[in-house]
Amino acid sequence: MNIVVLVKQVPDTWSERKLRADDSTLDRDAADAVINELDDYAIEEGLRLQEAHGGEVTIVSMGPEKAADAIRKALSMGADKAVHVTDEALRGSDGLVTSTVLANVLRRTGFDLVILGSESTDARMGTLAAMLAERLGVPQMSFASKVETDGSKISIHRQADYGYDTVEATLPAVVSVVEKINEPRYPSFKGIMAAKKKPVETLSLADLGIEASEAGLGASATEVVSFANRPPRAAGTIVTDEGDGGTKAAEFLAARKFI
Amino acid sequence: MAEILVLAEHDGETVKKVTTELLTAARAHGEPSVVWTGDGADGGRARLAEFGAVKVYVADSPDYADYVVAPKAELLAHLVEQTAPAAVLVAATSEGREIAGRLAVKTGSGVLTDVTGVTAGDSGGLVGEQSIFGGAITVQSRVRTGTPVIAVRPNAVTPEPAAGPAEVVPVHLDISEAAKTARVTGRVVAERGERPELTEASIVVSGGRGLGAGENFALIEQLADSLGAAVGASRAATDAGWYPHQFQVGQTGKTVSPQLYVAVGISGAIQHRAGMQTSKTIMVVNKDPEAPIFELADFGVVGDLFKVVPQLVEEIGKRAEG
Repeated sequence: MNIVVLVKQVPDTWSERKLRADDSTLDRDAADAVINELDDYAIEEGLRLQEAHGGEVTIVSMGPEKAADAIRKALSMGADKAVHVTDEALRGSDGLVTSTVLANVLRRTGFDLVILGSESTDARMGTLAAMLAERLGVPQMSFASKVETDGSKISIHRQADYGYDTVEATLPAVVSVVEKINEPRYPSFKGIMAAKKKPVETLSLADLGIEASEAGLGASATEVVSFANRPPRAAGTIVTDEGDGGTKAAEFLAARKFI
Repeated sequence: MAEILVLAEHDGETVKKVTTELLTAARAHGEPSVVWTGDGADGGRARLAEFGAVKVYVADSPDYADYVVAPKAELLAHLVEQTAPAAVLVAATSEGREIAGRLAVKTGSGVLTDVTGVTAGDSGGLVGEQSIFGGAITVQSRVRTGTPVIAVRPNAVTPEPAAGPAEVVPVHLDISEAAKTARVTGRVVAERGERPELTEASIVVSGGRGLGAGENFALIEQLADSLGAAVGASRAATDAGWYPHQFQVGQTGKTVSPQLYVAVGISGAIQHRAGMQTSKTIMVVNKDPEAPIFELADFGVVGDLFKVVPQLVEEIGKRAEG
């Protein structure tokens, strides 16, 4: 099977995340950069499917140069090779541009399955899988908490608020995964060493035949008008339970008219 | 006044609360036309009228339920072409955001997701307010290309009734084969009983690691039921198998913004806070006075939850009777 896993490097939620004052784009230098949390689950699912069906797992990532770290981590988990799309002109690209660029790359690599996390922790739009399915004209198998395939048909449990739907399609398809789907493996020492030698192809916009004017902040269909740090919450009332904690809590709720 | 398309969230005839929120938001900026997929429009119409729907486009075909997302996006793209609306509003549910994404690609338009309020921009058009990075930053954004597609966070807009004609306009659209590639073959509904849905509820009671064991979630459920609340869970609790994953509140789970969020036995790691930080009122019960979640609390009790929560439930019961 030709399995492609999409990976994104994002600012660490545990760091302070900021927008740049000059153009309101994400300040990727302000915070530690990590691989998007759900991508670990996507990589794991790709590796499991490879173990079951054979074939290759290719990592594809669009991001600045240092996104190479996230790609190496994915390779150290066991993926075979990678494609890194990086270009200064891509900075500030919105979802429409990102999906155009990634769809372009996926047509080059070809795929039986594209697997990605259902949402990234920075933009949190949850739209990339849908946009890619639309652009590539393949089934959208998103929010998967379980994936089964025989190499030509695929079925998933599509997670929903009420539980899940069972969804079926034929390959090739786009699959996005939720946390419930598996337990990602930790890279082994051997895997980390091997990752250093795995091939990473670097592509620029010119390599993809995309004009700089079609990418980046200038080509974005949305814009930030303004932003502001949220005012800090006023300090609340903290009491220590001395046999009356529950009663005091009830008094608070009554005062705020919740009961 | 320009038309604004509003995609209805409904369960058969039952109009979901978020639809009334979308109608309220749309009314301020144009004439809302509801887009209703599947059956139930006859029964739901009155509620739509109550919240100001001017038209209700009804596309009663099983395709919208039988295939994932793409048919709804196709219908909306068709209506965008026909009616040239000022904007399309959908609910920022998982499905809603995906519909928004596909519609944006189809129409070459910008999309804003998880918007908490819609206002008129200085230079015409609409501005969407978004709360990002776990609530740390508030952003005003706008679409500058195409027909704005705006996914609005449930529970962010307060619905206000205002009567409208809700004229039904049937729409017959043959959905393309390309939109029918992901077929829904069944549905498994997890037991939730009578409790409200997590992202729609005005009160959420969440349990975390402090509960110690899965069966102790009964205490959370008791408190939730005494408040008519939804139940949520921290990642530690769902990872431990104490409560199902779809109830997880946090970075890789649900984002909620209820009127009241009660965190019981939850330390408040940043990935949890990212999912509930914009709740209007936050109450905390935790035995660790250093737990980071106390920084968010409007009211907090440092104590043993196994003593505090039962006492709270009892007090709520007494007040309900009195």
